[in-house]
Amino acid sequence: MYAIITISIVAIIVLFFGAIEKKAPLLPVVYVGLSLAFILNLVGWNQSVHYYNEMYIADNFSIAFNGVLIFTTLLVFIFAPVYYKPVKRPLEDIYALILFALVGSLIMTAFGNLLMLFVGIETLSLSLYILAGSKKFDPNSNEAAMKYFLTGSFASGFLLFGIALLYGASGSMNLEAIKQYVILNQAHMPGMLTIGLLLVAIGMTFKIGAAPFHFWAPDVYEGSPTLITTFMATVGKVAAIAAFFRLMSSSFAEVESIWKLTLTIFAVATILIGNLSAFYQDNVKRMFAYSGIAHAGYMLIAVIALKQQAAGVLLLYSMSYTIATITAFAVLILVREETGTFSIKAFNGLAKHNPREAFAMTIAMLSLAGIPPLVGFAAKYNLFVSAIGQGNLPLVIVAIIGSMISVYFYIRPVIAMYAKLPSGTAAIDSSSNYKKQITLAAVLMILLGLIPGVFVNLI
Amino acid sequence: MGTTIAQIQTIPLQYYILFCSALFSIGVIGVLAKRNALVIFMSVELMLNSANLLLTAFSAYRNDPAGQIFVFFIMVVAAAEVAIGLALLVVVYRSTKTIDINALNRLKW
Repeated sequence: MYAIITISIVAIIVLFFGAIEKKAPLLPVVYVGLSLAFILNLVGWNQSVHYYNEMYIADNFSIAFNGVLIFTTLLVFIFAPVYYKPVKRPLEDIYALILFALVGSLIMTAFGNLLMLFVGIETLSLSLYILAGSKKFDPNSNEAAMKYFLTGSFASGFLLFGIALLYGASGSMNLEAIKQYVILNQAHMPGMLTIGLLLVAIGMTFKIGAAPFHFWAPDVYEGSPTLITTFMATVGKVAAIAAFFRLMSSSFAEVESIWKLTLTIFAVATILIGNLSAFYQDNVKRMFAYSGIAHAGYMLIAVIALKQQAAGVLLLYSMSYTIATITAFAVLILVREETGTFSIKAFNGLAKHNPREAFAMTIAMLSLAGIPPLVGFAAKYNLFVSAIGQGNLPLVIVAIIGSMISVYFYIRPVIAMYAKLPSGTAAIDSSSNYKKQITLAAVLMILLGLIPGVFVNLI
Repeated sequence: MGTTIAQIQTIPLQYYILFCSALFSIGVIGVLAKRNALVIFMSVELMLNSANLLLTAFSAYRNDPAGQIFVFFIMVVAAAEVAIGLALLVVVYRSTKTIDINALNRLKW
């Protein structure tokens, strides 16, 4: 709760500094504010405090996920000064919108009432619509924003109608009250509740970017400014999946039969579509979008196989996904700035001039593919083991096949970097501005790989 | 307030549910079938407002104000959404000179 208040105040201060045309204090204020929010967020660990009539629940689940989200945003902000170097204006609007989006995502992980779920999702989405279109004079960015807006508001409609039906069936929007109602009427579920749950699941699937409602993700990810894509692919996705997990585990865990099959089909479709489509992409940014869809499918497995243990597995998975994605996008931004293209050919011969960046990209790719000893392997291993423990063997087999397909397209940039010669004269300047940031992300990824067990047992 | 609720309750709840589902379906079909961005915005509004009406009906039948409070939140969010949508539409119109969403075809695989 204090973290949300802090971040909102920081966002308003940032807007104020922008209004009086002061550029210098903007980023320091953001860094200090986010660090402060990260510490304040940890207060109340193991206490499970309820705020405002159970609207907001600060239990270990939400504290852990909020920590991940705030930290991820901090990492994204570390890349902001170099990414926005050519832009001369103060950029207070973009920073403030990222912070407001973060506030929305923090609410999403900690909601105790469907009202807060809706408010959180909309706070996140409305900020992201604008951020996606923040390159005002780039037609691609405009188009991405428009597509994101149309599909996103469509999904909100489904979510809302689903919430209305759930409210009509159970008479409350409180998660605990819905759980009690569901347990009482376990024998014969009213159709209204089943349909409402299906509509809510469709709305959430849209926000996660899982099949069959994933079609917006590649276009939006490709068209948005790359830093915003990084934010969207990490914070947006993790917050949505955490919200979905919270909804399912706190209200509908007792009636698996009415949603398990549907979600299993969604997860299988997501894993296959994500991995197979990524196969054919020459545009690396678009490939990451499909890779994000595939990872949404893996994370859906945690939702399907939910018992209390799965929360820790999901936490580890989202951390590994987040850090590897940020590293990969950072290298992609660097390559794009030097060569002007997102094509896979732009990576040719990167290792020769920038061995450090090439190494960071390599471990990011291997971690996303799930190669031991990196953290991506530990995350996938724990996820699959806990899913098998719940009796989801066929689902896990599909996920492993998908994982094997994914090795091919994750290795492609690595091969391009190490085995191919630089194309033309566009050799990348080895004194790049991103050196420190990329090193930091790579070090984090290796450190995380050493202690995965800590996070699995955390919540 | 009491008389309003009594008047609302004179119509059976099923009628409200059927009516709202019909409105919602019209909204969904409008979004899927129409290619004009403004009409799509209107269809999305229809979807949101059908949810509003349904929440109000449930809330009146259960004598529980929570549903009506939710409606205020939805109205605020819908207003913000339309403001953003129209702003985006203006920006898109500047570059493509049309509000037909088929013009949005630069990004595809």
